[in-house]
Amino acid sequence: MEIIVCIKQVPDTTEVKIDPVKGTLIREGVPSIVNPFDKNALEAALQIREQKGGKVTVLTMGPPQAVDALRECLAMGADEAVLLSDRAFAGADSWATSYTLAKAIEKVGKPELIFCGKQAIDGDTAQVGPGIAEHLGLPQATYVQKIREVQSEQLLVERAIEGGYEVITVPLPAMIAVEKSINEPRFPTMMGTMKAHKKTIPTWSAADIGAEADKIGLDGSCTQVKRVFAPERKGQGEMLTGETENEVCLLLLEKLQGAKIV
Amino acid sequence: MNFQLSEEQAMIQKIVRDFAEKELAPIAAELDEKGEFPHAIINKMGEMGLFGLPFSEEYGGSGAGCLSYVIAVEEISRACASTGITYAAHCSIGTAPIYLFGTEEIKKKWLPLCVQGKALASFGLTEANAGSDACGTQTTAVPEGDEWILNGSKCFITNVGVAKIAVITAVTEKGQGTRGISAFIVPTDTPGFSVGQPYNKLGLKASDTREIILENVRIPKENLLGKQGEGFKQFLVALDGGRISIGALSVGIAQACLDASLKYAKEREQFGQPISKFQAIQFKLADMKMKTELARLMVYKAAWLKDNGKPFSSEAAIAKLYASESCMQNASEAVQIHGGYGYMKEYPVERYMRDAKLMEIGEGTSEIQRMVIARLLGC
Repeated sequence: MEIIVCIKQVPDTTEVKIDPVKGTLIREGVPSIVNPFDKNALEAALQIREQKGGKVTVLTMGPPQAVDALRECLAMGADEAVLLSDRAFAGADSWATSYTLAKAIEKVGKPELIFCGKQAIDGDTAQVGPGIAEHLGLPQATYVQKIREVQSEQLLVERAIEGGYEVITVPLPAMIAVEKSINEPRFPTMMGTMKAHKKTIPTWSAADIGAEADKIGLDGSCTQVKRVFAPERKGQGEMLTGETENEVCLLLLEKLQGAKIV
Repeated sequence: MNFQLSEEQAMIQKIVRDFAEKELAPIAAELDEKGEFPHAIINKMGEMGLFGLPFSEEYGGSGAGCLSYVIAVEEISRACASTGITYAAHCSIGTAPIYLFGTEEIKKKWLPLCVQGKALASFGLTEANAGSDACGTQTTAVPEGDEWILNGSKCFITNVGVAKIAVITAVTEKGQGTRGISAFIVPTDTPGFSVGQPYNKLGLKASDTREIILENVRIPKENLLGKQGEGFKQFLVALDGGRISIGALSVGIAQACLDASLKYAKEREQFGQPISKFQAIQFKLADMKMKTELARLMVYKAAWLKDNGKPFSSEAAIAKLYASESCMQNASEAVQIHGGYGYMKEYPVERYMRDAKLMEIGEGTSEIQRMVIARLLGC
């Protein structure tokens, strides 16, 4: 099975600090990592390859140093990696990014599966995976927490929804965006690490993937970031404790009545 | 002169640190408390290829070299020194003698298993009357037909209770002194090979250390390692490599001492401010940082010399000596900075202190290291 995994290099922190004056992310001194959800996506792809055979190609759009993230994926076991890097890609929103990745996927070939993490921990949009599927006209399953069955024509997956999950069949080829709970990503092997550094990782430009100039980067973006800010910390909630459930319920009721809510 | 790690080495450091922080650090205190050998962790380390770092690809290793290996030993030991010693003993003195001196047949049979972690290896040199002075070796190996018959005992042997293979030194020619000692590869399931109960140790409690008893242990002729009478020379070479890895282990513990102390000193408030604001504590932390950095530099240098095929005996002894003594000093200061809490099991520094002490003893005491250095000075 031919599988493509789209990954993103992100700053290693869940509490990204924001420059209050410029309204941009402070990246200095923050190490870069592979977006954690994308590691789950790669793990899912590697598991399918181990089961069904085939090839896993990792794809990312980013600055030249994003090659480090690709090498880590190769060390985990990916077969090939491609970096999309071009000044013209800069400033892309999720629409332009998913267009760019879709064009690159077309150049790689005709994958049966495209894996993405459910979202990146820096932007948190969760739009790039679905965007890729739309640009390529493929079906998609988002928030996938389990792959139950892999068949040649379709995939049976569990998709997380509020309060539970749904089981759906997705015809292939398709885009699958995965949850953290889907698996435990493996650690890269030492052998893989050595091989990853011997491997040539091609860099593709906008021209290489035949991307239209007005659909990429800042010019191709439908949205603009107006302001980036850290939300104000809200007051902490109050914890009610008691010996029994009934006791806690009564306490809650008293509180609500006291506040004239009920 | 280049002090930059290669891209591969930097990545290995990052991966092993990540593994150690996520998988090992959270359970290290419990392993120590229970004296429990970390089988699951060792299996994972095998899967990751950590045991193959210093060995070539033809035997299943990654050929990453000694420097990459010591970086890994340091990161593992920073989280759990018990796992660090298990790792270091397996690679440096268990597997390395086979890799360096074994026949092609022996290497093909055992190295892939050792490299994958499917067979742990141990090194049986020390005896009750042969510690620093290997000439006191009393274990004997006598040829008979196509076999060698081994009799005797070994003590303080790391990993042997969990190992599938042991490299054992024994006297093959009495009265020949060090030239009468040979080394043998002995599968631990050979009839007559038995081990004692685990020692009740001061530290490194999650590592396996036992006595070996050899009673008419018969092994095939080809299990002689290299040539007869070369056992002493062989283990001197193996111990040179082993010293670099004990140096790396010491750097790992020394760094852990600094990490814990710095964190505590910034959190602990006395007289209205964090104790890290007091010069008395700052000087301790500065010294700990200095010693850790210097020790690491010397360990890296010794490893670099080894990787580049240059003599490294003196540097290995210096690295082991300086790193282990720095490690013990850091551990002592770490407990001191923590005050009363440092003496309690709630904080990790009392474990570091117990673990650190072995660094000054194992694979050649500090006194032996000074002898080695002095001898290489031409004294």
